[in-house]
Amino acid sequence: MTGMHKRDVYMRLICGTILLLLAVQISAAPNGRQLYVAHCSACHGDQGHGGVGVPLSLPSFLDSVDDRFLAVTIRQGRPGRVMPSFPRLSDAQIAAIVGYIRSWSDKPAPRYSPLPVKGDVKNGSLLYAKHCASCHGENGEGGTGTGVTFSRRRELPIIAPALNNSGFLAAASDEMIRQTLQLGRAGTPMGSFLEKGLGEQEIDDVISFVRSFAQDQDEGTKTVAANKDKIIRVASPYSLEETVENLKDAIVSQNFILIRTDLLEHGLVKEADENPKQVILHFCNFKFLFDALAVDPRVGMFLPCRVTVTETDAGVFVSAINPEYMSHLFNNAELDQYCKQMHDVYVTILEDATL
Amino acid sequence: MIARRLGLLVSAILLFLPLGSVADDIIMTRSTLPFPEAMLALQQSIGEHGYTVSRVQRIDIGLTGMGYKTDKYRIVFAGKIDEIRVMTEKSPQLAAYLPPKIAIFAEEGQTVLVTLNPELYAEIAGDAIDPVIFDRWTSDLRSIFDDVNTAN
Repeated sequence: MTGMHKRDVYMRLICGTILLLLAVQISAAPNGRQLYVAHCSACHGDQGHGGVGVPLSLPSFLDSVDDRFLAVTIRQGRPGRVMPSFPRLSDAQIAAIVGYIRSWSDKPAPRYSPLPVKGDVKNGSLLYAKHCASCHGENGEGGTGTGVTFSRRRELPIIAPALNNSGFLAAASDEMIRQTLQLGRAGTPMGSFLEKGLGEQEIDDVISFVRSFAQDQDEGTKTVAANKDKIIRVASPYSLEETVENLKDAIVSQNFILIRTDLLEHGLVKEADENPKQVILHFCNFKFLFDALAVDPRVGMFLPCRVTVTETDAGVFVSAINPEYMSHLFNNAELDQYCKQMHDVYVTILEDATL
Repeated sequence: MIARRLGLLVSAILLFLPLGSVADDIIMTRSTLPFPEAMLALQQSIGEHGYTVSRVQRIDIGLTGMGYKTDKYRIVFAGKIDEIRVMTEKSPQLAAYLPPKIAIFAEEGQTVLVTLNPELYAEIAGDAIDPVIFDRWTSDLRSIFDDVNTAN
């Protein structure tokens, strides 16, 4: 075969593969259930009963939200409120997920006008303070916690949404909010405002006030910037053994309990073959641990706390993950303070041990 | 020339793969299995994928005493010694993250698994380590989680 012929064959192979993939993409509609299982079920439950995330299959929820609300929520998420955004899902994939979620209800999806209501913001603020702030927060910051997870009381099926969140404000139309205020959400603490005696105009006033949160969106819910160093690492002027002993003292002085000291390769090879120049110190403060887990049960993947001491030709180094960097991965603003606190603990321990 | 064309072909294939398969920072899954069975399936699948479970760390001591609804929370450390040695030698900064770990905890009658996407390690390692290895770790983790999901 000549060089020219080879090139032709390769080009045809490439073009054929592209066309085949295109055909597969066009003919195979996204599978909503598969997408839901892949992207949503870990938090919302396999049947939408909730977990880390809200219970999507709750009838009063599905009866009151339109498909646009679900789609925009998936696309944009809730910044700082655990629910991630899914910018890489196609519109068709999101529509398929929405369709699957909708299949849990035998009622048609409600349709809402995108038009804004006309309400008195000032009166709305008074009504909001009286009827809404106790659950949704004075500034619409929402309830605390990540949902009906292992760390929360299960009799609470939902936590109050953050009404000042840019994701919520983008997803919810005024008419959808009005519907929720008028009818409430059966099975949640959200009651009907009509039953509380508010008139339709007063409800529109509340909606206008909620909409005014857009002016200072996500205030207080911004996660720590993602441009932090991923690792805290310092050189030690001491030998590896001295550094390990210094770290033990520093850990205890920060009110943490040293759980164990072992080699990084422990359990991966026979003990005699483990590299003695890579030492891990595991430690914990149980009160801190419990508090952090209550805020977000996923933090376990960075537990227990640890620092790693390594000795190479370049010297002895002590390193730890940077919790301030990790914080943004969780999209949970409540976790930020714990990550900041833990960052400071790590820095202090490393500095104390290597001074 | 052939390598370049193959590269083009691979790029074309990736272009048409479902976008949802692009990596997330945190990989999570929920198994309908109760905790003990999910834990068993996890450790079995880790072994079948060629990794060694180096330790299972309990995180739950005293959880119920503090008002939590479960006492089933574990961290599973796993890795391949050859790969870990290469990584810590070529990119010592990675030592703070190794060996990789998976958090597994019960939620009512089901089990949630969560881990950091190894793509993050590739960012730390930079050019020091071929990123293909982290892609494979990610792929293996997803496969392991799938195994736990489909286990009976």
